[in-house]
Amino acid sequence: MTTHPVLKGDTGDWEMVIGLEVHAQVISEAKLFSGSATEFGSAPNSQVSLVDAAMPGMLPVINEKCIEQAVRTGLGLKAEINKFSVFDRKNYFYADLPQGYQISQYLQPIVGKGEIVLDLPDGETRTVGITRLHLEQDAGKSLHDQDPTRTFVDLNRSGVALMEIVSEPDLRGPEEAAAYLRKLRAILRYLGTCDGNMEEGSMRCDVNISVRKVGDNEYGTRCEVKNVNSIRYVMAAIDYEARRQIDHIEDGGTVVQETRLWDTGRGETRPMRDKEEAHDYRYFPDPDLLPLEFDDAFIDGIRATLPELPDEKKERFVTHYGLSVYDAGVLVAERARADFYEAVVSGGPNGRRDPKICANWVITELFGALNKGGHDIDESPITADQLGGLVDLITDDTISGRIAKDVFAEMLETGHDAAAIVDAKGLRQVTDTGAIEGEIDTVLAANQDKVAEYKGGKQKLFGFFVGQVMKATQGKANPKLVNEILRSKLDG
Amino acid sequence: MSLDQATVARIAHLARIRVAPDEAEALQKDLQDILAFVEQLGEVNTDDVPPMTSVTPQALRWRTDKVTDGKKADQVLANAPEQASGFYAVPRVVE
Amino acid sequence: MTELNHLTISEALDGLAKGDFTSAELTRANLLAMEEARALNAFVTETPERAMSMAMASDDRRRAGEARPLDGIPIAVKDLYCTEGIRTMAGSHILEGFTPTYESTVTANLWRDGAVLLGKTNLDEFAMGSSNTTSYFGEVHNPWTLAEEPDARLVPGGSSGGSAACVAARIATASTGTDTGGSIRQPASFCGIVGMKPTYGRCSRWGIVAFASSLDQAGPMTRSVRDAALMLTSMAGFDPKDSTSVDRTVPDYAAALTGDIRGLKIGVPKEYRVDKMPPEIEILWQQGVEWMKAAGAEIVDVSLPHTKYALPAYYIVAPAEASSNLARYDGVRYGLRVPGNSLIEMYENTRAEGFGQEVKRRVMIGTYVLSAGYYDAYYLKAQKLRTLIARDFEAAYEKCDLLLTPTAPSTAFKVGDKQDDPIAMYLNDVFTVPANLAGLPGISVPAGLGADGAPLGLQLVGQAFEEETLFRAAGVLEEAAGFTATPALMVGEGA
Repeated sequence: MTTHPVLKGDTGDWEMVIGLEVHAQVISEAKLFSGSATEFGSAPNSQVSLVDAAMPGMLPVINEKCIEQAVRTGLGLKAEINKFSVFDRKNYFYADLPQGYQISQYLQPIVGKGEIVLDLPDGETRTVGITRLHLEQDAGKSLHDQDPTRTFVDLNRSGVALMEIVSEPDLRGPEEAAAYLRKLRAILRYLGTCDGNMEEGSMRCDVNISVRKVGDNEYGTRCEVKNVNSIRYVMAAIDYEARRQIDHIEDGGTVVQETRLWDTGRGETRPMRDKEEAHDYRYFPDPDLLPLEFDDAFIDGIRATLPELPDEKKERFVTHYGLSVYDAGVLVAERARADFYEAVVSGGPNGRRDPKICANWVITELFGALNKGGHDIDESPITADQLGGLVDLITDDTISGRIAKDVFAEMLETGHDAAAIVDAKGLRQVTDTGAIEGEIDTVLAANQDKVAEYKGGKQKLFGFFVGQVMKATQGKANPKLVNEILRSKLDG
Repeated sequence: MSLDQATVARIAHLARIRVAPDEAEALQKDLQDILAFVEQLGEVNTDDVPPMTSVTPQALRWRTDKVTDGKKADQVLANAPEQASGFYAVPRVVE
Repeated sequence: MTELNHLTISEALDGLAKGDFTSAELTRANLLAMEEARALNAFVTETPERAMSMAMASDDRRRAGEARPLDGIPIAVKDLYCTEGIRTMAGSHILEGFTPTYESTVTANLWRDGAVLLGKTNLDEFAMGSSNTTSYFGEVHNPWTLAEEPDARLVPGGSSGGSAACVAARIATASTGTDTGGSIRQPASFCGIVGMKPTYGRCSRWGIVAFASSLDQAGPMTRSVRDAALMLTSMAGFDPKDSTSVDRTVPDYAAALTGDIRGLKIGVPKEYRVDKMPPEIEILWQQGVEWMKAAGAEIVDVSLPHTKYALPAYYIVAPAEASSNLARYDGVRYGLRVPGNSLIEMYENTRAEGFGQEVKRRVMIGTYVLSAGYYDAYYLKAQKLRTLIARDFEAAYEKCDLLLTPTAPSTAFKVGDKQDDPIAMYLNDVFTVPANLAGLPGISVPAGLGADGAPLGLQLVGQAFEEETLFRAAGVLEEAAGFTATPALMVGEGA
C-alpha cells in the first residue's frame, strides 16, 4: 500500500484530503446549445449568437457532438453511462452569465461513477474514484483590468460545452493531485474530447481540500480553491492551503467552508471578496429542454471507436515490446509520444526494429533533447523515420553507438537523415579485420611496457588498449572486432 | 406558512430586486397569501407519482455539430445600455 | 356592404380573391379603426407604414397570381412576439426600447403566408395577469360595456388583452396571443371572440418572450372558428430551433370544419362545477351540452378528480419558471439599466424599477419555491400534481373525444376590481389552467351574454394534436350559439 504524505504540525501529523473538479472544454466545432463557433482568441463578442447572449425568446438546442464526447470520455474513465439524464438550470446572477442561469446537470448527470489509475513517481499505481461527469455551459469572460471604473464582458466563451469531471476525495497530496491531472489530461487527449490546454483555459481546475489528523476517519471542513490553472499551481495551492488550514486549526481556529481564489502572483489563496453571499442555485430541470435519452447502440457505436488508452497501451508495451514499466509509462504519457515510438519500432528493413534500442533512443536522446528545448513531440526536428534510420545504422554495425550520438546531434541541428550525415562525414564503421589488426599491432608495439603489465596480471589495462585503438581510428573501428582481435593477441 | 421579513429580504436579494421598506409589508402579505393558497397541494398523497418532466412525449432532439451562427457582434451589442470596444460594460466588479 | 374592418379572415380572403377590394384598402380601414379606438389602449406600437407597405406588396403578389394563404390579411401581434426592427417590450419597463434584430418563428410564418402587421398589442407585463391591468403601458379596456353602467370600463381579460380587444373592436381582422394559463381563452371569452391554444409543441416558442417555458403556447384570436383554423395553419409547424417543438405535419385545419360531429363523444367534467359560479354560466354550459347533443354528439359524464389542484400547481410551476426566465433582464445586454455603485446594486435597482408589482410577486414566489429546503415541498410537489392532472385527462379521454366546459368563471369585471387580491385574480384561470398543465389544446367560442350584457365563452379541450377534432366541434358550437352581439365600443356599424 502506498503511504500518504504527512504534514508535520505542532500538535501532530496531518493528512490532506483532496478532491478535484476539472472543467474540460469539449472539442467540438459549435457550442453546446447554439451554432456559434468555439474557437479561441477571436474579436470580442464575435462568436456569439443571439442564444448565447440570452436575447428574449431564444432557446437552446443541443449539439450531438458534445453528447458523444461526454459519453466517449465516460467510457474512457470506465464509468457508468446514464442513458437518461436531465439538464437543469443553475440560477445565479453574474455579468458574464447572460441567461442568469447556467444550463448544467445536477441530479441526473450523463456519466456516473468511474475511475482513474494514477501513475505515481515511485512507479506505483493507485486507483482514484470519479464521482461523476456532466455537461454544462461555460460562462463568458469578465475583464476587470481594462478600465478603472468598469468591467468589460465578452461572451465568446458563453455557451461553449464543458465537461465537469468530479473526483472522489481520494487524493492525499500535491503529487497525487498532479498525477491525477496528468493522467486525466492524457486520457482526454487520447480520446480527443478535450485538448487539455490549461494555459488557454480549456482545462481548469477547482481544488477541494481539507485536512485531518492522521488516523482520523472523519473529513475536516473543506475549502474550495478556484482559478488554479496549471498543474504546478494546483500543487502550490494545495501546499499553501493545507498549511494554512493546519496552522489555523492549531492556533485554535476552525476552518470555515468557503470559496477561495488562488492568487498566482502572491502564491497564496484568499477568500473571494465578491462572494455570492447565499449559495442557493435553485436548480430545476430546464423546461426548454427535454430529458436527454439514448440507447445502448449509441454507446456501443462510440465504444467501437475508442482508441487504446494509456493504461492498456502501457500494458502492451511491457508485454509486447518487453519494455520496463517505467519506460512504457513515459512513452504512453502522451499519445503523440507513444505513436512516435511505435512508428520508430515498426519501420526498418524487417518492419520491426529492436524495441528496447528504439525506446532508449526515443526516451533518453530524443525526449531529453526536446525537453531541454521545451518542445513537444510534434515539434521534433527528427521524424520517426529518420530516428529509425539511425537505429538501423547502429543495428547493422554501420556506426557504433558512440558515433550514433554525434550523428543524432547533427540530425537535431540540421534535420538531415542519419545515413546522409554518416556518408558525408565518413563516419562509417571500420569492419575490415585486416585494417583493425594493423592498428592493434601499432598500438601494442608502442606500448610494450603496458603489454607486459597486462600479461603480468593487470587485466583492467584491456580497456586502455581498446581506447587507444578507437582513438587511432577516430572511433570508427567496430568495437566488437577490436575486442575480439585484441583478446586473441593478448590472451592467445 | 409564515414568511417573515427576513425571508422576504433574502428572496428579494436572491432575485436581485431591491424592495423599498414601504413595499416590504404588502409584499410579505401577498406572498404569504399565495403560499397559503398553493399549500393545499399537501392534501394529495404523491409518494408514488413521478414528477412531470415534459408534456410532449418525445426525447430531446440533437443538432449536428456545425457552425451556423455568430459573427454578428453588431446585433449582439445593438441594444446594449453601455458598451466599449466591442464589449458590454458594467460597473466594475472586484473579485 | 360590410365595412372592411368588420370582415372575418375568410370573408376578406374571398373579397380579395374576387377583387372587391385590395389589401391596401382593407389595411387602411383597420388602421383608421385603430386611430379611432386608441382609447382602448389595445396597441403599444402602431406600425401603419409597415402595414401599408406589406399590404401593397401583398396586392402585387395577388395581381401576379402568387397569392399566399393569408395574403393581405391585416393582423395585430401581441407584444410578446419579437419582431425584427420593431420595438418589443412584453409590457414591461425593463425591456425599455428593446428592438429585436430577429423575428419570432410564428410571426415569420405569418408573414411568409402574406399576413400584414398592423401593430403590436398591449398585454399584462410578461403575460402575467388575467385582466391586462399590469402592463407598463397601462390598462386595456374591453370594447364591451355593462348594460346598466355603460360608462364603467371593463377589463378585456389577460394576458392577451390588447389582442382580444382589438379583434372584438374590429381594429384587426385577427391577432396572435399566447396562452400560459388561459391568456388566450379567458380574454377571448371576456371580449366575445374566438381564442385558441394549440397543443404544447405545435407552435414554435422561438422568438416569443418566455413567461413559463413548459406552459407557453402561441395561438390565434379571431372572430370565427374558421379564422382561427386558418391562422393556426400558418402559425403552426415544426421548428428545429425549439427543442420542445414537435415534428408533425400541419394539417389544413379549416378543412376539418365539416359541421358534422355525429357520434363524437363530448365529456362534461363534474369537477368544473365550482363554488360560487354564477348561475348564468351553469345555464350556458348546459345550453352548450344541449347544442352538441342536438348536433348528434354523445354526452358523457367524466371526472377529472385533481382539477382543484390545477391552479395551486400552476401558481408554483409558472412563477418558478418565470423567476429563472426573467433573470436575463439584468440591465447588461439590453433594455433598462438603472445605475448602481456595484454590479449587484445595478441589478437590484434595474429590476426594482423595471418590473411591476405582479411580476415582482411572481419572481419572488418562484425564487422562494425553488430555494434550498423548499424545492421538494413546492416545485417537485407541483410537478407531481401535474402528472396526476395529465393522467386525469388521459383517463377521461378513454371515455370521450373532447371536453366541454365554461372558459371563465365570470364575465369581464370592472377595471380596478380584484386588484388588491392576487388570489381572486388567479381564480379567473381556474378552467383554463388544467389544459396548460397537461399541454392540451383548447378553444374558447363566444356562446352568449351574461345578465350584465357582457359576453361569455364556452371552452372545448381536446386531446394532444387533435386540433382538427377540436375545430370541428368548435365550428358546430359556434354555429349553434349563433353569437352575433357586438360590443358598444366597436368601430363602425357592421352589417
